[in-house]
Amino acid sequence: MSLASELAVPPPSKIRLVGVSKKFTTKRGTVHALDDINLEIGEGEFVCFVGPSGCGKSTLLRIVAALERNFTGMAEVNGKMITEPGRDRTVMFQEHALFPWLDVIGNVLFGLKLKPDLSNKDRVEVARYYLHLVGLDGFERANIHELSGGMKQRVALARALAPNPRVLLMDEPFAALDAMTREQLYGDLQKIHAARKKTILFVTHNVREAVCLGDRVLLFSPRPGRIRKEFKVTLPRPREFNDVAMASLAAEITGELKTILAPSKDGTTSTIRPL
Amino acid sequence: MKQFLAALAFFAVLLGAWEYAANHCGISAVLLPPPSDVWKYLLGAAKDGTLGEATLVTMKRLFIGYLVGIGIGIPTGMLTARFKFLHNTVGTIALGLQTLPSVCWVPLALLWFGQTETAMLFIVVMGTVWAVILATDHGIRQIPPLYREAAATMGSKGLHLWFRVLAPASLPHIVSGTKQGWAFAWRSLMAAEIYITILSGMGIGHLLHYGRELHAMDQVVGLMLVIIVIGFLADKIIFSPWERFLHRRWGLNNS
Repeated sequence: MSLASELAVPPPSKIRLVGVSKKFTTKRGTVHALDDINLEIGEGEFVCFVGPSGCGKSTLLRIVAALERNFTGMAEVNGKMITEPGRDRTVMFQEHALFPWLDVIGNVLFGLKLKPDLSNKDRVEVARYYLHLVGLDGFERANIHELSGGMKQRVALARALAPNPRVLLMDEPFAALDAMTREQLYGDLQKIHAARKKTILFVTHNVREAVCLGDRVLLFSPRPGRIRKEFKVTLPRPREFNDVAMASLAAEITGELKTILAPSKDGTTSTIRPL
Repeated sequence: MKQFLAALAFFAVLLGAWEYAANHCGISAVLLPPPSDVWKYLLGAAKDGTLGEATLVTMKRLFIGYLVGIGIGIPTGMLTARFKFLHNTVGTIALGLQTLPSVCWVPLALLWFGQTETAMLFIVVMGTVWAVILATDHGIRQIPPLYREAAATMGSKGLHLWFRVLAPASLPHIVSGTKQGWAFAWRSLMAAEIYITILSGMGIGHLLHYGRELHAMDQVVGLMLVIIVIGFLADKIIFSPWERFLHRRWGLNNS
Protein backbone atom coordinates (compact mmCIF):
# COMPACT_ATOMS: atom_id res chain seq x y z
CA MET A 1 0.00 0.00 0.00
CA SER A 2 1.47 3.29 -1.03
CA LEU A 3 1.35 6.55 0.82
CA ALA A 4 -0.86 8.07 -1.86
CA SER A 5 -3.46 5.33 -1.61
CA GLU A 6 -3.28 5.56 2.17
CA LEU A 7 -4.05 9.26 2.07
CA ALA A 8 -6.76 8.89 -0.58
CA VAL A 9 -10.31 9.05 0.72
CA PRO A 10 -11.87 5.59 0.63
CA PRO A 11 -15.55 5.37 -0.21
CA PRO A 12 -17.59 5.79 2.99
CA SER A 13 -19.64 2.81 4.11
CA LYS A 14 -23.34 2.32 4.37
CA ILE A 15 -24.74 0.82 7.52
CA ARG A 16 -27.88 -1.25 7.90
CA LEU A 17 -29.47 -2.25 11.18
CA VAL A 18 -32.47 -4.56 11.16
CA GLY A 19 -34.49 -5.39 14.27
CA VAL A 20 -31.61 -4.70 16.64
CA SER A 21 -32.49 -5.27 20.29
CA LYS A 22 -30.23 -5.43 23.30
CA LYS A 23 -30.90 -6.33 26.91
CA PHE A 24 -28.53 -5.88 29.81
CA THR A 25 -29.01 -8.25 32.69
CA THR A 26 -27.87 -6.90 36.03
CA LYS A 27 -28.48 -8.02 39.62
CA ARG A 28 -31.42 -5.67 39.82
CA GLY A 29 -33.09 -7.03 36.75
CA THR A 30 -33.13 -6.74 33.01
CA VAL A 31 -32.73 -3.41 31.26
CA HIS A 32 -34.16 -3.24 27.81
CA ALA A 33 -31.53 -0.95 26.30
CA LEU A 34 -32.60 -1.17 22.67
CA ASP A 35 -35.80 -2.44 21.16
CA ASP A 36 -36.24 -3.31 17.49
CA ILE A 37 -34.06 -0.65 15.91
CA ASN A 38 -34.34 -0.46 12.13
CA LEU A 39 -32.05 2.00 10.49
CA GLU A 40 -30.28 2.59 7.21
CA ILE A 41 -27.42 5.05 7.03
CA GLY A 42 -26.18 6.14 3.65
CA GLU A 43 -22.63 6.48 2.40
CA GLY A 44 -20.98 9.58 3.82
CA GLU A 45 -23.99 10.52 5.89
CA PHE A 46 -23.54 12.37 9.20
CA VAL A 47 -26.16 11.01 11.59
CA CYS A 48 -26.65 12.26 15.13
CA PHE A 49 -28.28 10.17 17.88
CA VAL A 50 -29.99 12.37 20.45
CA GLY A 51 -31.87 11.36 23.54
CA PRO A 52 -31.95 11.36 27.31
CA SER A 53 -29.40 9.25 29.12
CA GLY A 54 -30.27 5.58 29.23
CA CYS A 55 -32.01 5.60 25.85
CA GLY A 56 -29.50 3.21 24.31
CA LYS A 57 -27.96 5.63 21.82
CA SER A 58 -24.41 4.85 22.97
CA THR A 59 -25.22 1.15 23.03
CA LEU A 60 -26.28 1.32 19.39
CA LEU A 61 -23.01 3.05 18.51
CA ARG A 62 -21.08 0.38 20.40
CA ILE A 63 -22.93 -2.33 18.51
CA VAL A 64 -21.74 -0.83 15.23
CA ALA A 65 -18.21 -0.67 16.70
CA ALA A 66 -18.62 -4.32 17.77
CA LEU A 67 -17.69 -3.36 21.33
CA GLU A 68 -21.11 -4.63 22.37
CA ARG A 69 -21.97 -8.22 21.56
CA ASN A 70 -24.92 -10.46 22.34
CA PHE A 71 -27.60 -8.39 20.73
CA THR A 72 -30.42 -9.73 18.60
CA GLY A 73 -31.14 -8.57 15.09
CA MET A 74 -28.77 -7.82 12.28
CA ALA A 75 -26.04 -5.21 11.95
CA GLU A 76 -24.27 -4.80 8.61
CA VAL A 77 -21.62 -2.53 7.19
CA ASN A 78 -21.53 -2.56 3.39
CA GLY A 79 -23.58 -5.72 3.38
CA LYS A 80 -21.19 -7.56 5.71
CA MET A 81 -22.21 -8.66 9.18
CA ILE A 82 -20.43 -6.80 11.97
CA THR A 83 -18.51 -9.41 13.93
CA GLU A 84 -15.50 -7.76 15.52
CA PRO A 85 -13.98 -4.30 16.00
CA GLY A 86 -11.94 -3.11 13.07
CA ARG A 87 -10.00 -0.24 11.59
CA ASP A 88 -12.76 0.45 9.07
CA ARG A 89 -14.91 1.72 11.99
CA THR A 90 -12.86 3.74 14.45
CA VAL A 91 -14.30 5.24 17.61
CA MET A 92 -13.86 8.51 19.43
CA PHE A 93 -14.98 8.34 23.04
CA GLN A 94 -16.26 10.93 25.49
CA GLU A 95 -13.09 10.51 27.50
CA HIS A 96 -10.15 10.95 25.18
CA ALA A 97 -8.92 7.37 25.84
CA LEU A 98 -5.44 8.39 24.69
CA PHE A 99 -2.61 6.16 25.89
CA PRO A 100 -0.57 7.99 28.53
CA TRP A 101 2.55 5.91 27.85
CA LEU A 102 2.77 7.29 24.31
CA ASP A 103 3.33 10.88 23.23
CA VAL A 104 0.99 12.65 20.82
CA ILE A 105 2.40 11.22 17.61
CA GLY A 106 2.81 7.82 19.26
CA ASN A 107 -0.92 7.78 19.90
CA VAL A 108 -1.74 8.72 16.31
CA LEU A 109 0.73 6.08 15.08
CA PHE A 110 -0.84 3.34 17.20
CA GLY A 111 -3.44 2.31 14.63
CA LEU A 112 -1.08 2.96 11.72
CA LYS A 113 1.49 0.54 13.12
CA LEU A 114 -1.11 -2.18 12.81
CA LYS A 115 -1.24 -1.64 9.07
CA PRO A 116 1.45 -4.01 7.77
CA ASP A 117 1.87 -2.57 4.30
CA LEU A 118 3.12 0.87 5.28
CA SER A 119 6.76 1.77 5.87
CA ASN A 120 7.61 3.55 9.11
CA LYS A 121 8.45 6.69 7.20
CA ASP A 122 5.04 6.66 5.55
CA ARG A 123 3.34 6.08 8.87
CA VAL A 124 4.99 9.14 10.38
CA GLU A 125 3.99 11.17 7.35
CA VAL A 126 0.37 10.03 7.61
CA ALA A 127 0.34 10.80 11.35
CA ARG A 128 1.72 14.30 10.69
CA TYR A 129 -0.91 14.86 8.02
CA TYR A 130 -3.73 14.15 10.48
CA LEU A 131 -2.16 16.17 13.27
CA HIS A 132 -2.01 19.03 10.81
CA LEU A 133 -5.64 18.42 9.87
CA VAL A 134 -6.77 18.78 13.51
CA GLY A 135 -4.56 21.82 13.98
CA LEU A 136 -1.85 20.31 16.17
CA ASP A 137 1.33 20.97 14.19
CA GLY A 138 4.33 21.13 16.47
CA PHE A 139 2.77 19.03 19.25
CA GLU A 140 4.08 15.68 17.97
CA ARG A 141 6.34 15.08 20.94
CA ALA A 142 4.08 16.51 23.65
CA ASN A 143 2.93 14.23 26.45
CA ILE A 144 -0.79 13.66 26.82
CA HIS A 145 -1.05 15.09 30.33
CA GLU A 146 0.42 18.37 29.10
CA LEU A 147 -2.49 19.02 26.72
CA SER A 148 -5.75 20.84 27.40
CA GLY A 149 -9.05 18.96 27.19
CA GLY A 150 -9.77 20.32 23.71
CA MET A 151 -6.31 19.40 22.44
CA LYS A 152 -6.67 15.89 23.83
CA GLN A 153 -9.90 15.43 21.88
CA ARG A 154 -8.17 16.77 18.77
CA VAL A 155 -5.46 14.12 19.20
CA ALA A 156 -8.18 11.52 19.73
CA LEU A 157 -9.83 12.66 16.50
CA ALA A 158 -6.52 12.46 14.63
CA ARG A 159 -5.95 8.98 16.08
CA ALA A 160 -9.41 7.84 15.00
CA LEU A 161 -8.94 9.27 11.50
CA ALA A 162 -5.39 8.00 10.97
CA PRO A 163 -6.18 4.38 10.03
CA ASN A 164 -8.38 5.90 7.28
CA PRO A 165 -11.66 4.34 8.40
CA ARG A 166 -14.80 4.41 6.32
CA VAL A 167 -17.00 4.93 9.35
CA LEU A 168 -16.26 7.24 12.26
CA LEU A 169 -18.16 6.55 15.47
CA MET A 170 -18.26 9.43 17.93
CA ASP A 171 -19.65 8.83 21.42
CA GLU A 172 -20.32 12.24 23.00
CA PRO A 173 -16.81 13.32 22.08
CA PHE A 174 -17.23 16.97 23.05
CA ALA A 175 -19.43 16.56 26.13
CA ALA A 176 -16.64 17.17 28.62
CA LEU A 177 -15.32 20.32 26.93
CA ASP A 178 -16.09 23.96 27.62
CA ALA A 179 -18.51 25.77 25.31
CA MET A 180 -15.91 27.81 23.44
CA THR A 181 -13.65 24.85 22.68
CA ARG A 182 -16.72 22.91 21.56
CA GLU A 183 -17.81 25.57 19.09
CA GLN A 184 -14.32 25.62 17.56
CA LEU A 185 -14.43 21.87 17.19
CA TYR A 186 -17.84 21.98 15.48
CA GLY A 187 -16.32 24.13 12.78
CA ASP A 188 -13.22 21.94 12.51
CA LEU A 189 -15.18 18.70 12.42
CA GLN A 190 -17.36 20.00 9.57
CA LYS A 191 -14.25 20.99 7.62
CA ILE A 192 -12.70 17.59 8.20
CA HIS A 193 -15.91 15.84 7.21
CA ALA A 194 -15.92 17.85 3.99
CA ALA A 195 -12.26 17.05 3.28
CA ARG A 196 -12.34 13.37 4.24
CA LYS A 197 -15.81 12.09 3.62
CA LYS A 198 -16.73 9.50 6.23
CA THR A 199 -19.97 7.99 7.36
CA ILE A 200 -20.28 9.48 10.85
CA LEU A 201 -22.46 8.32 13.73
CA PHE A 202 -22.44 10.94 16.43
CA VAL A 203 -23.99 10.38 19.87
CA THR A 204 -24.88 13.43 21.92
CA HIS A 205 -27.43 14.71 24.40
CA ASN A 206 -26.94 18.24 23.11
CA VAL A 207 -29.68 18.98 20.56
CA ARG A 208 -28.04 22.14 19.18
CA GLU A 209 -24.83 20.20 18.63
CA ALA A 210 -26.75 17.50 16.75
CA VAL A 211 -28.50 20.03 14.51
CA CYS A 212 -25.26 21.88 13.85
CA LEU A 213 -23.40 18.74 12.75
CA GLY A 214 -25.88 16.20 11.42
CA ASP A 215 -27.47 15.58 8.05
CA ARG A 216 -30.05 13.68 10.05
CA VAL A 217 -30.96 13.77 13.73
CA LEU A 218 -32.52 10.68 15.32
CA LEU A 219 -34.40 11.23 18.54
CA PHE A 220 -34.27 8.26 20.94
CA SER A 221 -36.65 7.51 23.78
CA PRO A 222 -35.62 5.45 26.81
CA ARG A 223 -36.73 2.16 28.39
CA PRO A 224 -36.87 0.47 25.98
CA GLY A 225 -34.53 2.42 23.72
CA ARG A 226 -36.32 3.20 20.47
CA ILE A 227 -35.98 5.68 17.67
CA ARG A 228 -38.84 8.04 18.38
CA LYS A 229 -38.56 10.49 15.54
CA GLU A 230 -36.22 11.55 12.81
CA PHE A 231 -35.39 15.04 11.58
CA LYS A 232 -33.61 15.91 8.34
CA VAL A 233 -31.32 18.87 8.57
CA THR A 234 -31.03 20.52 5.17
CA LEU A 235 -29.36 23.75 6.27
CA PRO A 236 -26.34 24.66 4.13
CA ARG A 237 -22.82 23.87 5.36
CA PRO A 238 -20.64 24.97 6.97
CA ARG A 239 -23.07 25.71 9.71
CA GLU A 240 -22.55 28.30 12.37
CA PHE A 241 -23.46 27.13 15.88
CA ASN A 242 -25.41 30.31 16.64
CA ASP A 243 -27.39 30.32 13.36
CA VAL A 244 -31.07 31.34 13.82
CA ALA A 245 -32.64 28.74 11.50
CA MET A 246 -30.70 26.06 13.32
CA ALA A 247 -31.86 27.31 16.69
CA SER A 248 -35.51 27.01 15.68
CA LEU A 249 -35.06 23.43 14.50
CA ALA A 250 -33.21 22.66 17.71
CA ALA A 251 -36.11 24.16 19.67
CA GLU A 252 -38.54 21.89 17.83
CA ILE A 253 -36.48 18.80 18.66
CA THR A 254 -36.06 19.90 22.25
CA GLY A 255 -39.84 20.28 22.50
CA GLU A 256 -40.24 16.72 21.30
CA LEU A 257 -37.60 15.56 23.77
CA LYS A 258 -39.56 17.16 26.60
CA THR A 259 -42.67 15.18 25.77
CA ILE A 260 -40.57 12.02 25.99
CA LEU A 261 -39.29 12.96 29.39
CA ALA A 262 -42.62 14.27 30.77
CA PRO A 263 -43.99 11.87 33.39
CA SER A 264 -47.53 10.67 32.78
CA LYS A 265 -50.19 10.64 35.50
CA ASP A 266 -49.22 7.28 36.94
CA GLY A 267 -45.68 8.53 37.50
CA THR A 268 -43.96 6.55 34.76
CA THR A 269 -42.69 8.09 31.57
CA SER A 270 -45.24 8.35 28.81
CA THR A 271 -45.61 5.41 26.51
CA ILE A 272 -43.95 6.02 23.22
CA ARG A 273 -45.61 5.15 19.96
CA PRO A 274 -43.29 3.52 17.50
CA LEU A 275 -42.07 5.59 14.61
CA MET B 1 21.95 25.31 49.77
CA LYS B 2 21.05 26.70 53.15
CA GLN B 3 18.86 23.67 53.84
CA PHE B 4 21.67 21.36 52.76
CA LEU B 5 24.12 23.07 55.15
CA ALA B 6 21.62 22.85 57.98
CA ALA B 7 21.16 19.12 57.37
CA LEU B 8 24.94 18.68 57.15
CA ALA B 9 25.38 20.49 60.48
CA PHE B 10 22.78 18.21 62.05
CA PHE B 11 24.63 15.07 60.99
CA ALA B 12 27.97 16.51 62.08
CA VAL B 13 26.57 17.21 65.55
CA LEU B 14 24.99 13.74 65.68
CA LEU B 15 28.32 12.06 64.80
CA GLY B 16 30.17 14.27 67.27
CA ALA B 17 27.76 13.44 70.07
CA TRP B 18 28.00 9.73 69.25
CA GLU B 19 31.80 9.87 69.27
CA TYR B 20 31.83 11.79 72.54
CA ALA B 21 29.31 9.47 74.21
CA ALA B 22 31.23 6.37 73.12
CA ASN B 23 34.58 7.66 74.39
CA HIS B 24 33.73 9.60 77.50
CA CYS B 25 30.62 8.16 79.07
CA GLY B 26 32.07 4.82 80.07
CA ILE B 27 30.04 2.82 77.58
CA SER B 28 31.75 -0.33 76.40
CA ALA B 29 32.87 -0.25 72.75
CA VAL B 30 30.99 -3.54 72.33
CA LEU B 31 27.74 -1.79 73.14
CA LEU B 32 28.44 1.41 71.26
CA PRO B 33 31.48 1.54 69.00
CA PRO B 34 32.59 5.14 68.30
CA PRO B 35 32.21 6.31 64.70
CA SER B 36 35.98 6.60 64.39
CA ASP B 37 36.33 2.84 65.01
CA VAL B 38 33.60 2.11 62.52
CA TRP B 39 35.40 4.26 59.97
CA LYS B 40 38.69 2.50 60.74
CA TYR B 41 37.08 -0.89 60.19
CA LEU B 42 35.52 0.19 56.90
CA LEU B 43 38.80 1.64 55.70
CA GLY B 44 40.71 -1.49 56.65
CA ALA B 45 38.15 -3.85 55.12
CA ALA B 46 38.12 -1.79 51.95
CA LYS B 47 41.92 -1.84 51.77
CA ASP B 48 42.41 -5.55 52.29
CA GLY B 49 39.64 -6.31 49.79
CA THR B 50 37.24 -8.20 52.06
CA LEU B 51 34.57 -5.52 51.77
CA GLY B 52 34.77 -5.24 47.98
CA GLU B 53 34.72 -8.97 47.55
CA ALA B 54 31.81 -9.45 49.92
CA THR B 55 29.86 -6.68 48.21
CA LEU B 56 30.46 -8.32 44.85
CA VAL B 57 29.31 -11.73 46.10
CA THR B 58 26.21 -10.23 47.68
CA MET B 59 25.29 -8.08 44.69
CA LYS B 60 25.64 -11.04 42.36
CA ARG B 61 23.26 -13.10 44.48
CA LEU B 62 20.89 -10.19 44.78
CA PHE B 63 20.74 -9.49 41.06
CA ILE B 64 20.31 -13.11 40.04
CA GLY B 65 17.64 -13.71 42.67
CA TYR B 66 15.89 -10.47 41.86
CA LEU B 67 15.90 -11.06 38.09
CA VAL B 68 14.58 -14.61 38.57
CA GLY B 69 11.94 -13.16 40.89
CA ILE B 70 10.65 -10.56 38.46
CA GLY B 71 11.17 -12.93 35.53
CA ILE B 72 8.72 -15.32 37.18
CA GLY B 73 6.60 -12.67 38.87
CA ILE B 74 5.61 -10.43 35.95
CA PRO B 75 4.44 -13.21 33.57
CA THR B 76 2.69 -15.01 36.44
CA GLY B 77 0.95 -11.78 37.44
CA MET B 78 -0.18 -11.33 33.85
CA LEU B 79 -1.60 -14.84 33.83
CA THR B 80 -3.41 -14.42 37.14
CA ALA B 81 -4.90 -11.18 35.81
CA ARG B 82 -6.03 -12.94 32.63
CA PHE B 83 -7.44 -16.18 34.00
CA LYS B 84 -9.97 -16.11 36.81
CA PHE B 85 -9.00 -19.61 37.92
CA LEU B 86 -5.33 -18.68 38.31
CA HIS B 87 -6.32 -15.50 40.11
CA ASN B 88 -8.34 -17.52 42.61
CA THR B 89 -5.62 -20.10 43.13
CA VAL B 90 -2.13 -18.76 42.44
CA GLY B 91 -3.27 -15.27 43.37
CA THR B 92 -4.45 -16.49 46.77
CA ILE B 93 -1.16 -18.29 47.36
CA ALA B 94 0.71 -15.10 46.44
CA LEU B 95 -1.41 -13.05 48.80
CA GLY B 96 -0.69 -15.50 51.63
CA LEU B 97 3.01 -15.99 51.04
CA GLN B 98 3.61 -12.29 50.54
CA THR B 99 2.83 -11.79 54.23
CA LEU B 100 5.36 -14.47 55.19
CA PRO B 101 8.80 -12.98 55.95
CA SER B 102 11.07 -14.90 53.61
CA VAL B 103 13.54 -15.69 56.39
CA CYS B 104 10.92 -18.25 57.46
CA TRP B 105 11.92 -20.26 54.40
CA VAL B 106 15.47 -20.74 55.76
CA PRO B 107 14.88 -24.06 57.57
CA LEU B 108 13.20 -25.65 54.57
CA ALA B 109 15.68 -24.16 52.12
CA LEU B 110 18.54 -25.68 54.12
CA LEU B 111 16.87 -29.10 54.13
CA TRP B 112 16.01 -29.01 50.47
CA PHE B 113 19.13 -27.48 49.00
CA GLY B 114 21.76 -27.75 51.74
CA GLN B 115 24.25 -24.99 52.41
CA THR B 116 24.39 -23.93 48.78
CA GLU B 117 23.89 -20.94 46.50
CA THR B 118 20.60 -22.53 45.48
CA ALA B 119 19.28 -22.13 49.00
CA MET B 120 20.23 -18.44 48.92
CA LEU B 121 18.63 -17.98 45.55
CA PHE B 122 15.49 -19.74 46.70
CA ILE B 123 15.08 -17.44 49.67
CA VAL B 124 15.64 -14.28 47.63
CA VAL B 125 13.18 -15.43 44.98
CA MET B 126 10.60 -16.27 47.65
CA GLY B 127 11.09 -12.78 49.01
CA THR B 128 10.62 -11.08 45.63
CA VAL B 129 8.20 -13.03 43.55
CA TRP B 130 4.92 -12.66 45.47
CA ALA B 131 5.01 -8.89 45.67
CA VAL B 132 5.75 -8.69 41.94
CA ILE B 133 2.91 -11.09 41.06
CA LEU B 134 0.43 -9.12 43.15
CA ALA B 135 1.52 -5.75 41.76
CA THR B 136 1.38 -6.95 38.14
CA ASP B 137 -1.99 -8.61 38.66
CA HIS B 138 -3.38 -5.49 40.28
CA GLY B 139 -1.78 -3.23 37.68
CA ILE B 140 -3.47 -5.07 34.82
CA ARG B 141 -6.83 -5.32 36.56
CA GLN B 142 -7.06 -1.61 37.20
CA ILE B 143 -6.49 -0.67 33.53
CA PRO B 144 -9.56 1.28 32.40
CA PRO B 145 -11.60 -0.91 29.99
CA LEU B 146 -11.60 2.12 27.70
CA TYR B 147 -7.94 1.47 26.77
CA ARG B 148 -8.74 -2.05 25.61
CA GLU B 149 -11.74 -0.83 23.68
CA ALA B 150 -9.89 2.03 22.02
CA ALA B 151 -7.08 -0.36 21.08
CA ALA B 152 -9.55 -2.95 19.80
CA THR B 153 -11.24 -0.45 17.48
CA MET B 154 -7.84 0.25 15.95
CA GLY B 155 -7.33 -3.43 15.28
CA SER B 156 -5.21 -4.45 18.29
CA LYS B 157 -5.84 -7.91 19.70
CA GLY B 158 -4.09 -10.94 21.15
CA LEU B 159 -0.40 -10.54 21.84
CA HIS B 160 -0.33 -7.04 20.38
CA LEU B 161 -2.97 -5.99 22.89
CA TRP B 162 -0.96 -7.57 25.71
CA PHE B 163 2.41 -6.12 24.86
CA ARG B 164 1.45 -2.77 23.36
CA VAL B 165 -1.47 -1.84 25.58
CA LEU B 166 -1.92 -3.87 28.75
CA ALA B 167 1.77 -4.13 29.68
CA PRO B 168 2.55 -0.41 29.25
CA ALA B 169 -0.79 0.61 30.79
CA SER B 170 0.12 -1.26 33.96
CA LEU B 171 3.69 0.09 34.00
CA PRO B 172 3.20 2.42 37.00
CA HIS B 173 2.02 -0.51 39.12
CA ILE B 174 4.68 -2.85 37.76
CA VAL B 175 7.42 -0.33 38.57
CA SER B 176 6.20 0.17 42.11
CA GLY B 177 5.75 -3.59 42.45
CA THR B 178 9.27 -4.39 41.25
CA LYS B 179 10.58 -1.68 43.55
CA GLN B 180 8.82 -3.31 46.46
CA GLY B 181 10.15 -6.66 45.23
CA TRP B 182 13.66 -5.20 45.27
CA ALA B 183 13.26 -4.07 48.88
CA PHE B 184 12.04 -7.54 49.84
CA ALA B 185 14.85 -9.23 47.91
CA TRP B 186 17.45 -7.13 49.71
CA ARG B 187 16.00 -7.90 53.15
CA SER B 188 15.67 -11.60 52.29
CA LEU B 189 19.24 -11.89 51.12
CA MET B 190 20.60 -10.26 54.26
CA ALA B 191 18.55 -12.66 56.38
CA ALA B 192 19.72 -15.61 54.27
CA GLU B 193 23.38 -14.60 54.49
CA ILE B 194 23.19 -14.14 58.23
CA TYR B 195 21.52 -17.51 58.74
CA ILE B 196 23.14 -19.68 56.12
CA THR B 197 26.87 -20.22 56.13
CA ILE B 198 28.18 -21.40 52.80
CA LEU B 199 31.61 -21.88 51.35
CA SER B 200 30.96 -20.61 47.86
CA GLY B 201 31.35 -16.98 48.78
CA MET B 202 31.31 -14.69 51.78
CA GLY B 203 28.74 -11.92 51.43
CA ILE B 204 28.07 -8.80 53.46
CA GLY B 205 25.59 -10.69 55.64
CA HIS B 206 28.29 -13.25 56.48
CA LEU B 207 30.73 -10.53 57.44
CA LEU B 208 28.08 -9.04 59.68
CA HIS B 209 27.44 -12.45 61.21
CA TYR B 210 31.12 -12.98 61.96
CA GLY B 211 31.31 -9.48 63.42
CA ARG B 212 28.64 -10.57 65.85
CA GLU B 213 30.50 -13.80 66.71
CA LEU B 214 33.66 -11.79 67.43
CA HIS B 215 31.82 -9.06 69.33
CA ALA B 216 33.32 -6.65 66.79
CA MET B 217 30.54 -4.12 66.85
CA ASP B 218 32.54 -1.61 64.82
CA GLN B 219 32.37 -4.20 62.05
CA VAL B 220 28.64 -4.79 62.58
CA VAL B 221 27.80 -1.09 62.54
CA GLY B 222 30.10 -0.47 59.57
CA LEU B 223 28.39 -3.21 57.58
CA MET B 224 24.98 -1.91 58.56
CA LEU B 225 26.01 1.38 57.00
CA VAL B 226 27.18 -0.41 53.84
CA ILE B 227 23.83 -2.21 53.61
CA ILE B 228 21.99 1.09 53.95
CA VAL B 229 24.13 2.76 51.28
CA ILE B 230 23.68 -0.11 48.79
CA GLY B 231 19.91 -0.04 49.27
CA PHE B 232 19.87 3.71 48.80
CA LEU B 233 22.05 3.68 45.69
CA ALA B 234 20.05 0.86 44.10
CA ASP B 235 16.92 2.89 44.58
CA LYS B 236 18.49 5.92 42.93
CA ILE B 237 20.23 4.10 40.10
CA ILE B 238 17.63 1.49 39.16
CA PHE B 239 14.29 3.02 40.03
CA SER B 240 14.69 6.77 39.81
CA PRO B 241 15.05 6.80 36.00
CA TRP B 242 11.80 4.80 35.68
CA GLU B 243 10.00 7.04 38.10
CA ARG B 244 11.23 10.13 36.26
CA PHE B 245 9.98 8.64 33.00
CA LEU B 246 6.58 7.87 34.51
CA HIS B 247 6.42 11.33 35.97
CA ARG B 248 7.27 12.97 32.66
CA ARG B 249 5.01 10.82 30.47
CA TRP B 250 2.06 10.13 32.74
CA GLY B 251 2.33 13.29 34.81
CA LEU B 252 2.21 11.17 37.94
CA ASN B 253 3.50 12.54 41.20
CA ASN B 254 3.44 9.32 43.18
CA SER B 255 4.68 5.80 42.53
